[in-house]
Amino acid sequence: MSINRRDFLKLSAAGIAIGAFPSIAFAKSELLKKKGQRVVIVGGGFGGATAAKYIRMWSENKIEVVLVERNKQFVSCPMSNTVLSGKRTIKDLTRNYDGLKKYGIKQIQGEVTGIDPEKQAVMLANGHLSYDRLIVAPGVDFMFEQIEGLNAKVADESILHAWKAGAQTVALRKQLESMPDGGVFALSIPKAPYRCPPGPYERACQVAHYLKNNKPKSKVLILDANPDITSKKGLFTAAWNELYPNMVEYRPNAAVLKVDVASKTAKTEFEDIKADVLNVIPPMKAGAVASMAGVVGADGRWCAVDFLTYESKVHKNIHIIGDAIAAALPKSGHMATSQAKVCAAAVIELMQGQAPEQNPTIVNTCYSMVSDIESVHVANVFRFNVEKQAMVSAEGGGVSAKRSEMEGAMADYWLENILNDVLT
Amino acid sequence: MIKKYLFVITCALGLALPAVQAQAEVDKHARNLAASCAACHGTNGHSAGGTPVLAGMDKALFIGSMKDFKSGARPATVMHQHAKGYTDDEFSLLADFFAAQKR
Repeated sequence: MSINRRDFLKLSAAGIAIGAFPSIAFAKSELLKKKGQRVVIVGGGFGGATAAKYIRMWSENKIEVVLVERNKQFVSCPMSNTVLSGKRTIKDLTRNYDGLKKYGIKQIQGEVTGIDPEKQAVMLANGHLSYDRLIVAPGVDFMFEQIEGLNAKVADESILHAWKAGAQTVALRKQLESMPDGGVFALSIPKAPYRCPPGPYERACQVAHYLKNNKPKSKVLILDANPDITSKKGLFTAAWNELYPNMVEYRPNAAVLKVDVASKTAKTEFEDIKADVLNVIPPMKAGAVASMAGVVGADGRWCAVDFLTYESKVHKNIHIIGDAIAAALPKSGHMATSQAKVCAAAVIELMQGQAPEQNPTIVNTCYSMVSDIESVHVANVFRFNVEKQAMVSAEGGGVSAKRSEMEGAMADYWLENILNDVLT
Repeated sequence: MIKKYLFVITCALGLALPAVQAQAEVDKHARNLAASCAACHGTNGHSAGGTPVLAGMDKALFIGSMKDFKSGARPATVMHQHAKGYTDDEFSLLADFFAAQKR
């Protein structure tokens, strides 16, 4: 998005004048002249990018779609734990958004500064975008304040979370490389719900895989705030015991309450743990854009939606998809794309004066790499339950019978196919 | 002038923007059901590799496979779990949708 100096002056003037002459000034600061029906999507992750593509595709290009994303490139969180073991580099997980151009999606790289649900507008630094419907796909933000001594700066510089794939993933790999043999890698898991339920346990496997081959006297210590392993329990414990014997130690009910940066110490209710690498995944909530839209629920964390349309329970014409919603659905990449498609279909129907699909049925398939070649999965079909007004797991879902190389290959193909579905 | 002609031709061929073929006749419920398969089997069943291409798959083969996954007659790592989540009527809807997709 480039604007020349004259436009910039006009937009700045418009920005200043908003209070005094709302309607005229507001009209002037429109970033893209709106002609027909428009959907603005904020967030170009798995959910947002999928919604953008499918609204264009399924509306036969009749509905204008503007996709706002702050990052230049897409980095896949799924499979990013394999960067820690060295199976992949972050480059292998990075894609650009060029593949979406052919759908006629208008893409703006920028930071949203506010959302006005009354005027139906999304604010950016240099102007605004009016919408008929808004889809918010903000992913998660971290609640650093829940852990004493932790804040965004500390989390960026020393006590990393690496729970959004990118620079932190690479930095955590470097910390691992600098760790002495015989050292401790402590991994702290927040209370559910959080993004990617099996992700932390997969991370323990990937870290252990690296340590086994490079620093075999070292330990992975899992400090889980939950009372038990939240996903694929039998499969993960089997992998720890059989592939990494005496290397992975699991402690339930061990929420980290405080960290000390200088001594790399984590404090739980029961003990102080000194680590060589301290990897604290903080509690999470819906990304900041959800708060700007005023669609976060009473819990201050997640957004309540109607599961037929993903429309907010608070504001009309605002839809929320992906990790940010309150639901008994796993916060996963595949789930975000599945929700995005239900939302895309519903948005088109609603904008064309039709009733949305009444029986949404969606799927989640999630692979976790337990070594460099072996994987395990959990797979479920979820159906809309009228009585509960919620998505409920259908019969037959479940986890792998055992870890296998076959599933390791399937995990690679899953990644390739889902990234293609989202971005091309 | 040439540019203009080219533009008209590309639009006429539907190449400028990828419109989904025969979208008007597509059963939207079937389309929506099928959409979840794309994570592993590609958009509209056009797999990028590793999983079967569902686009253009013979209807009987699709339904037979899903029923065998569901009953356990055909061993699988994942598909038996997905198949159990759908009804036979839904297998039929999905089969119609994928059979209608150009390979």
